[in-house]
Amino acid sequence: MSLTIGDTAPDFQLSDTEGGTWSATGSGATVLVFTCNHCPYALAWHDRIAEVARDYAERGVRVLAINANDAERYPRDSFEAMKDRVGREDWPMPYLYDATQEVARAYDAKVTPDVFVLDGERRLRYRGAPDSDYDDPRAGAVWLREALDAVLRGEEPARAETKPVGCSIKWKS
Amino acid sequence: MNVELLWWEGCPSTERALEMVREAISELGLPEIEVHTREIVTEDDARDAGFIGSPTILIDGADLVPAAAVEQIGLSCRVYRRRDGRISPTPDPDDLREALERAARAEVNS
Repeated sequence: MSLTIGDTAPDFQLSDTEGGTWSATGSGATVLVFTCNHCPYALAWHDRIAEVARDYAERGVRVLAINANDAERYPRDSFEAMKDRVGREDWPMPYLYDATQEVARAYDAKVTPDVFVLDGERRLRYRGAPDSDYDDPRAGAVWLREALDAVLRGEEPARAETKPVGCSIKWKS
Repeated sequence: MNVELLWWEGCPSTERALEMVREAISELGLPEIEVHTREIVTEDDARDAGFIGSPTILIDGADLVPAAAVEQIGLSCRVYRRRDGRISPTPDPDDLREALERAARAEVNS
């Protein structure tokens, strides 16, 4: 069943590439980004999302990147490949592995990237794309930023839902 | 000149890529060229076509951007690198124009 804006989002326990364990429950806002290594949309938006993680960290916002793709069919999305990528790049956010795909299914994530903003009570406040154009870095993940700014003010985001755009999540058969 | 766009439904950039190809053809004054499209549906289709991701643009059978040896054949979205270094689901428009120009010149000289 799809999550609706305002719903309490499912909690989870997932490990990241550094051995840490994360859940959806935080004291402040949490951004979940279903993403992966091999998708051009996820890669094109990655730096903008990372900038959001850096810019909002001091305001208590956690950004959690989650890879749920079937690594058997897409080895570039394996846990080893995730660790290798984080080792090579400057990641300001943890990279979580949803090996069973249960979290992606619980959130009804569709594509990479698919962005979910939860408030401190784990209620869904935004779902969709980071901004309107994967090909334009100047777009700056503005939809995500606007949603976070609203949540941090204790308000409803004016644009609570947009269409996520990207590669389909690679489900296990 | 034969221009073919191979696509897979799991990627949303097919229309944008098709638009780019048609625009480049028009800008170069090659309006008689038709762009053929071929859907890649199964992993077998991908293997048969040597498909390394959607969209793949073939000009006279040659890939617009020669694939690196590490590219995997299969149903996925293709990663292109624009000339300014950005990653994109579609090729750089200048690469596209140049490839079409080269093919047009080769046709004239043959």
